[in-house]
Amino acid sequence: MRVNIGLAQMYPKLGDVQANLDSHLQFIEQAKAKDVDLLIFPELSMTGYQIQDLVPEVALTTHSTHPIFGQLMAASEDVDLMVGFVHEDARNRFYIASAYLSRGKVLHIHHKLYLPTYGMFDESRFLAQGNSVRAFDTRLGRVGMLICEDFWHMSPPYILWMDGADMLLMHSASPGRGLDSENELSGTRWVERVNRAYGGVFTTYIAHVNRVGYEDGKVFAGGGFIIDPDGEMIVRGDYFKEQLVTHEVDLNQLHRTRARLPVLRDERPGLMRRELGRILDERLKD
Amino acid sequence: MDKMMVTSQQNNILERMTINTDLARNILTGFIRDQISKAGMKKAVLGLSGGIDSALSAYLSAEALGAENVLAVRMPYETSSENSLIHADDVIKDLGLASITVPITPMAQPLIERFDDMTNVRAGNIMARTRMIILYDQSVSWGGLVMGTSNKTEFMLGYSTIYGDSGVALQPIADLFKCQVRQLSRAMGVPSAIVDKPPSADLWEGQTDEQELGFSYDAADTVLYLLIDERYTVEEAAEASGYDVAFISKVWERVKANHYKRTMPNIAKVSRRTIGHDFLYLRDYTGRQGKLS
Repeated sequence: MRVNIGLAQMYPKLGDVQANLDSHLQFIEQAKAKDVDLLIFPELSMTGYQIQDLVPEVALTTHSTHPIFGQLMAASEDVDLMVGFVHEDARNRFYIASAYLSRGKVLHIHHKLYLPTYGMFDESRFLAQGNSVRAFDTRLGRVGMLICEDFWHMSPPYILWMDGADMLLMHSASPGRGLDSENELSGTRWVERVNRAYGGVFTTYIAHVNRVGYEDGKVFAGGGFIIDPDGEMIVRGDYFKEQLVTHEVDLNQLHRTRARLPVLRDERPGLMRRELGRILDERLKD
Repeated sequence: MDKMMVTSQQNNILERMTINTDLARNILTGFIRDQISKAGMKKAVLGLSGGIDSALSAYLSAEALGAENVLAVRMPYETSSENSLIHADDVIKDLGLASITVPITPMAQPLIERFDDMTNVRAGNIMARTRMIILYDQSVSWGGLVMGTSNKTEFMLGYSTIYGDSGVALQPIADLFKCQVRQLSRAMGVPSAIVDKPPSADLWEGQTDEQELGFSYDAADTVLYLLIDERYTVEEAAEASGYDVAFISKVWERVKANHYKRTMPNIAKVSRRTIGHDFLYLRDYTGRQGKLS
């Protein structure tokens, strides 16, 4: 089975949900013209990244009757969408969230698990932490979604792998840091290196979209990519440019790679659970 | 130890500070375009001293906005060196910038002469603030933002005049150490006479930065890079660089003592929500979208 994936390297406008909805709809039109099956937007694509005290203003609920979110749902009729937004839950907690929309419906909402609150990041001050990570079935296969800092920790990708995801959908609003003598910023290199490793060790497809543009002097590098189950980067978008990157992936590669390298077959999550349980028990005793 | 010479140990650290100039150029010109468009403008105005920092800012601004959208303002004082004016002119001609010259002596001199106990430092501050007034006035008539020209080394050391050269609308090179400013300047074609001459604030005759600071920019860059970017302790920085603990401590004390120049003044907090504390919006929250190209 072949899946045409679109990576929407967009420049969200800070705090302007309506303007960002319009950008989403434009990218969706472009993607439909290129027969894209799944279009992935960056983290917080509906709001911009460093929203601080704007959080309650820009938050969305996920009902089809919501004037903004309902339009995103409707736009998923012909192309599956992964969008980034601030989700306000029924008890008025605000999360950095990813929604997977398909055929006009919400298939899954993921809340960001790890909120970086160090260095240039201040997410926990404004936002609630997600508490679960689940794979889910789509018309394109079983997938899982993670948001930026989530994959700077190795447990969420591992859990999704064990939960049956054959494609990890990642998105970021990752401010570029670390200008040195290399061709990319050091943060960009780290993300590419780690995701290539995930692709290889999980024998799984990885798609990653990072936003572009600037916020208060922080630059977002773009450079979205797809990694194949051999850990090879098969496509990468330009750095620093707003663009739609499309690439068709062949899901039969999962069969070929896993026939050669059966690490999924041999993985022992029971061993993992037992030893982690022991470690946690021992720590509780301290 | 001589703080003007560089040992091979120190040179290795300076080597680690080497930047990819293509990447820097791309990010910094993008930043300038983005900031100017978020202000609803297309132009910039910049004080051109003839030194390397303002020259680099001019090259970046011209590349980002087009030379026709950058107004270079030369603002000599009566003791300013002839070379400064010539070097500024070289940049204007090389880039094809719009330019004007506004001598500051008629503005600054009455204030400088008003007080018998005037010092070089006070006079220097008056000159820097006079230039700021001119640039902000031109900002209105030219319709452009005032471009910052400070580098990270002088900003960290507090080697600047508050509300003078630090009074600007955006700072394209303030995260680059002096050695990186030199490297990027060479890559962008800043004339070598400007890149290679001893840095000077040119506030009085014969002044050089390094003489006034008492150490070289290379020494400052090395120490600041280790302490700030690489998070070394003073002792670790001494071991890695070969500079003595006393010198490194002196630099660090200077950074701390001048922190007020890099931050907004404190507000006494009495309400339920105070600017800068729990009234938090990015400066970029302007209602305008940035422009990448």
